[in-house]
Amino acid sequence: MPGILTKSLSTGIVTTRYPDTPAHASPHTRGRPEIDWPKWNDARSAAAVCPTAAIACNDAAQTRTVTFDLAKCVFCGLCADTDKAIRMSNVCECAARHRNRLVATAQYGLNEDGTHRQLIAGPDAATAMHDAVSSATRNDSIESLGRQIQSRAARLFGRSLHIREVDAGSCNGCEIEIVGLTSPVYDIERFGIHFVASPRHADMLLVTGPVTRNMELALKKTYDATPEPRLVVAVGACGCSGGIFGVNYATRGAVDTVIPVDVYIPGCPPNPQALLHGILMAIERTA
Amino acid sequence: MNLFGVSSELRPVVEDLNRRFEGRFDALVTPRLNEVYFHAAMDLVPGFCAHLCRKWKARLMTVFADDARAGHGVFHLYYALVLDDLHGLLVLRVPVSPETPEFAALTNAIPAVNWQEREIQDWFGLKLIGHPNPRRCALHDDWPAVHPLRKDFNLDTVLPPFQGERHKFRPVEGEGVFQVPVGPVHAGIIEPGHFLFSVAGEPVLYLQLRLFYVHKGTEKLFERLPIPHGVRLAESISGDSSFAHATAFCHAIERAAGAQAPQRARMLRSVCLELERLYNHVADVGAICTDVAFVTANMHAMRLKEQILRVNEHLTGNRLLRGMACLGGVRFDWDADQIKRLNGLVNDLRPEFDSLVQLVEGSSSTLDRLDTTGILKPEVARDLGVVGIAGRASGFAHDLRRDLPHAAYDQVRIRVPVHQVGDVRHRLQVRVDEVRESLALIQTFIAKLPGGPLRIEIGEVPPDRVAFGYVEGWRGEIFHWIRTAPNNRLARCRVKDPSLQNWPALSEAVLDNIVPDFPVINKSFNLSYSGTDR
Repeated sequence: MPGILTKSLSTGIVTTRYPDTPAHASPHTRGRPEIDWPKWNDARSAAAVCPTAAIACNDAAQTRTVTFDLAKCVFCGLCADTDKAIRMSNVCECAARHRNRLVATAQYGLNEDGTHRQLIAGPDAATAMHDAVSSATRNDSIESLGRQIQSRAARLFGRSLHIREVDAGSCNGCEIEIVGLTSPVYDIERFGIHFVASPRHADMLLVTGPVTRNMELALKKTYDATPEPRLVVAVGACGCSGGIFGVNYATRGAVDTVIPVDVYIPGCPPNPQALLHGILMAIERTA
Repeated sequence: MNLFGVSSELRPVVEDLNRRFEGRFDALVTPRLNEVYFHAAMDLVPGFCAHLCRKWKARLMTVFADDARAGHGVFHLYYALVLDDLHGLLVLRVPVSPETPEFAALTNAIPAVNWQEREIQDWFGLKLIGHPNPRRCALHDDWPAVHPLRKDFNLDTVLPPFQGERHKFRPVEGEGVFQVPVGPVHAGIIEPGHFLFSVAGEPVLYLQLRLFYVHKGTEKLFERLPIPHGVRLAESISGDSSFAHATAFCHAIERAAGAQAPQRARMLRSVCLELERLYNHVADVGAICTDVAFVTANMHAMRLKEQILRVNEHLTGNRLLRGMACLGGVRFDWDADQIKRLNGLVNDLRPEFDSLVQLVEGSSSTLDRLDTTGILKPEVARDLGVVGIAGRASGFAHDLRRDLPHAAYDQVRIRVPVHQVGDVRHRLQVRVDEVRESLALIQTFIAKLPGGPLRIEIGEVPPDRVAFGYVEGWRGEIFHWIRTAPNNRLARCRVKDPSLQNWPALSEAVLDNIVPDFPVINKSFNLSYSGTDR
């Protein structure tokens, strides 16, 4: 017992401090890709190396439609390796309330040699990638994000926010980061956010993975067992879009094909800060 | 028989097999020094495996099928045996005719392949003859009669939604016996699976496992993706082993292409594999403590794990080391600042981890819960072919880092911790020993880090090459077997995660333990559901 106390005291406080310690970010962190749309003159090589078809081109007579879907992106950076018009940022917080806000589409005139000319239309300025996504700006510290969640959850749910995590087919990568939220470094309990053992205790479902055929029923039952008002947050590339697995004989793909989703958190996996950002967005929705 | 191309260590074994089974092999194929294929008829399987296991201490590491009807007019079954002491793999390939799609079970002689044989029955529709429990394993009972890994089954097939019975559990009856069903949605933040405990009072009489809830069609999906995209898919087989699976996949492709990653890349791969081992082992030490209500230790462990994840991010751009692996080497080089950060981590972690272990060992109430809990006896572990941490805690001293060296492990001496007791305490002890070993290994690799290129170009791999890739992940040995197809695709990718091998052992380890000890026993194995279900 004295040993435990001594160790705790000598360790001190490791939790990032309120009010404003900058978020931890390494210069090497790969966040979401940033595309220089006007200067992009050939999307084909990036589309070819993208493992999840997050970047796709579709050619019609004289035009090429290029789509970038952040919900499918696994932040691998292979596109940025092959295409100078793409740069990997270190922005990881990119949650959105609507699936289509994660998609950017642009049209280009097509050249004879297969490259493309000037931008004809888009990308839509309303997409999350060009938007100040919520009142929580991306440079917010973990603490201020957490405090905002705390105050909104207080208004919404009385005191605190109770989350039931559901793995509906994940590779367990997202679970590693979600568990990380409960570590003393992020310590989300101090904001009144708790992970609970039963959907009947929960205000929010945090759902990971492409929904597998074998988990579809369990996910629906879990959703039905959660009392209203309830929120659903889809976590990770797989939860948002089906990810690299997509839809096949064994998976149904994105979480929103099975239950309604309030917020999408892209990433593979999203880091703890990105998770908090998405949770905050979900609460803001009904506040 | 031409023994050219067989390693000098394997040569006596191959000669012995030629004498013993004279005239019964149709062909001997040696694509690589330590990987030898024998082609023969099905009736040779039991004798071949028994002889190798008995005389040469081989172990049957994996059994799998391949739909080769297009090229050969038959299905092929592969029986892959590892000879740890001789650092090689011997593989028996036998045909199964599509007219009589059946094969004889080996499970009665080698219980270690129980699940894998049933998997073949589910995936390929090859009927198991003589299996003690031939029920479905990979496909749930409500699935229609489809065989997803057959070539005539389309990946995009839409199956009707679930109806009917998911799994027919065996009845357990008697006075005072009752059932405790758990899952698939568990209480904690863990993966889904269903456990059915049959208990009389507190002690567990029988535990039935129903897994494959997170089956995602991964092996089938490998057959559609271009080979380079397969690396990213391999990262998603089991998130906690992202780098190990991706590296095993790259290793298989490199071997098929007859190429080897450059020296610097192999060193960096080894360092990343050790970082993956570190963060998982440190987290497990804490999680085991949580399951016996010693939460303080877990808080310290989670703090250390976060430090490691941040260094992972600094080194590779991703906290789970994703994006680092690539065919022919690794993607990112490290500058002096990154190496300094890595060295700093190792130096910080050593005293921190020692102090954490001291905290655990100083808590008698914790040790009381861990000692003699969840014992997996060495003879049971051997029968079930248990690998990795759980195997080493039950006297089974295998470690591919030493036995089938890959990455840069041929350049260091690996000490493999082995204990005979097989309880939770010793599965914890193996982790503690391995963390210390890992810290030393990282420093050794960094000190030896040579210059030179990071990767070599792996062009299009010619069709119909076969190869094993392997890696000792933190949980145990990972194997990927591939057969290439035209246009830089795969005709088959077999993924063997250590979890698939170890799950049945969990059912044995919990017998006679009380239900409240199940979480800590389960955690001490810490098996991957996604890695098993794929």
